Amino acid sequence: MTARMKNKIEILDLSVRFGDAVALQGVTLNIAENEILSIIGPANSGKSTLLMAINRMIERVTNATVEGSVLLGGQDVAAIRDVQELRRRIGMVYAMPIPLPMSIRDNILFGPRLVRRLRKSASDDLVEQTLVASYLWDEVKDRLDSSAVKLSGGQQQRLCIARTLAVGPEVIMFDEPCSGLDPISTAKVEEAMKELKARHTLILVTNNTKQAARVGDRTAFLLMGKLIEVDDTNKIFTAPGDKRTEDYVTGKFG
Amino acid sequence: MDRFISKLLFIAACSSIAILALIALFIFKEGVPIIIRSGLGHFLFGRIWSPLEGQFGILPFIIGSLWVTAGALILGVPLGVACAVFLAEFAPARLAAVLKPAIELLAGIPSVVYGFLGVMWLAPIIRVHLGGPGLSILAASCVLAIMILPTIVGVSIDAIHAVPRSYKEGSLALGATEWQTAWRVILPAARSGILAGVILGMGRAVGETMAVIMISGNATQIPHSILDSVRTLTANIAIEMGYAVGDHREALFATGIVLFFFIMALNTVALRVARRRF
Repeated sequence: MTARMKNKIEILDLSVRFGDAVALQGVTLNIAENEILSIIGPANSGKSTLLMAINRMIERVTNATVEGSVLLGGQDVAAIRDVQELRRRIGMVYAMPIPLPMSIRDNILFGPRLVRRLRKSASDDLVEQTLVASYLWDEVKDRLDSSAVKLSGGQQQRLCIARTLAVGPEVIMFDEPCSGLDPISTAKVEEAMKELKARHTLILVTNNTKQAARVGDRTAFLLMGKLIEVDDTNKIFTAPGDKRTEDYVTGKFG
Repeated sequence: MDRFISKLLFIAACSSIAILALIALFIFKEGVPIIIRSGLGHFLFGRIWSPLEGQFGILPFIIGSLWVTAGALILGVPLGVACAVFLAEFAPARLAAVLKPAIELLAGIPSVVYGFLGVMWLAPIIRVHLGGPGLSILAASCVLAIMILPTIVGVSIDAIHAVPRSYKEGSLALGATEWQTAWRVILPAARSGILAGVILGMGRAVGETMAVIMISGNATQIPHSILDSVRTLTANIAIEMGYAVGDHREALFATGIVLFFFIMALNTVALRVARRRF
């Protein structure tokens, strides 16, 4: 990456243990504003744990201990007193796209309504704007009040992106967002991600190295809780610095 | 062999249905003539129950049953659902593991014990502090509310546990607090299951007899306040069956018919609501 870019998230010497099991070990990593950072690595390499440490979902795991720090815009996330505020600033899209059991409109307005009342016109604008950004508007604009549960898997995932956007996050984290989707839906989600980059910082955890190559500006490779290397995506996939990275991206293991 | 067993099961199924049908038939055969003779309107909406003078109006008992059941639900449902939400979502696992069986144990206490407790302890408190005879709608509602708690709590906890974890994670990730998540996501998602628990509790409250006889005072008048004593449909049958003959006996069977429709109607309405899923 270039030095002139401002860091949105700085992860400093982050270690996470679940009981005695080490999940992350001394990870130091910066994520620049308006970039897409892909995080790749085999199962149990600590990718999801890293995301959980960033938005502090890890506090819900009773036996987890966290050392080191995560800074969001220079501010330690552990020092943010209102964890709900942190989670509004850092959105999260899960692998299993499960909309809440409400209408499409209510799914999108769920987050904003938690903090403020919305006028009808403002909420209509928000619904349209977020659905357009998540490439779903054309498919659902005529049935915004029908159940979100009846959408197809790919549509549900894009709805989950829209509802995350509606909260107005600075950072959006995707945890294997396309693992259950067909190629066409995957392409739409990736398209949406590339557009979102203009106004958000994106972190994409993926098992699919090709996806990391297609979408990510930079790519980080995690292995057994350690950050092996992080570099421009092109470099990681063509001339990685570490033998283990090369083995992984060329499919020799993992 | 298979055919034999399936025949056997078929016979078992038929006989259980036949037994229920025969019971219903018998109740109707015994009860319908008096309804016809005194007129359905007079029977259902008559305000005076005076068997010696041939007056069989059960309106006071219908109102009594409605009041007592409504009271039990008003007190018991919020308490039970709140308790279920706490145990399923907020309580530490170890605490929940002790408390849930403890609440279910409440269901094992015989109703006569609840009634006795109400008469000895609750009714005097109401009489002294709120007035009236003590044995009243309020007292009966309180006792019934506690009696339906185990049903509502148990079924509601199961319903809440059946809500996918991802709803919760999704809601928290959008910046909701645990409480907002419970109130806006988990409860609505578990609604139909919770309602099923309420229906079961309601069935128990309407059908409960022993505790209600002991605690409700059993006056055959239409109540004017929740401190008045009432008689429910079930209590009416149980109290007078020992000495009822002739028309009086038929009128009690007719009360049973009303109870029968009462519970069927309540269940149908409640099931409709419960099935209205998102």
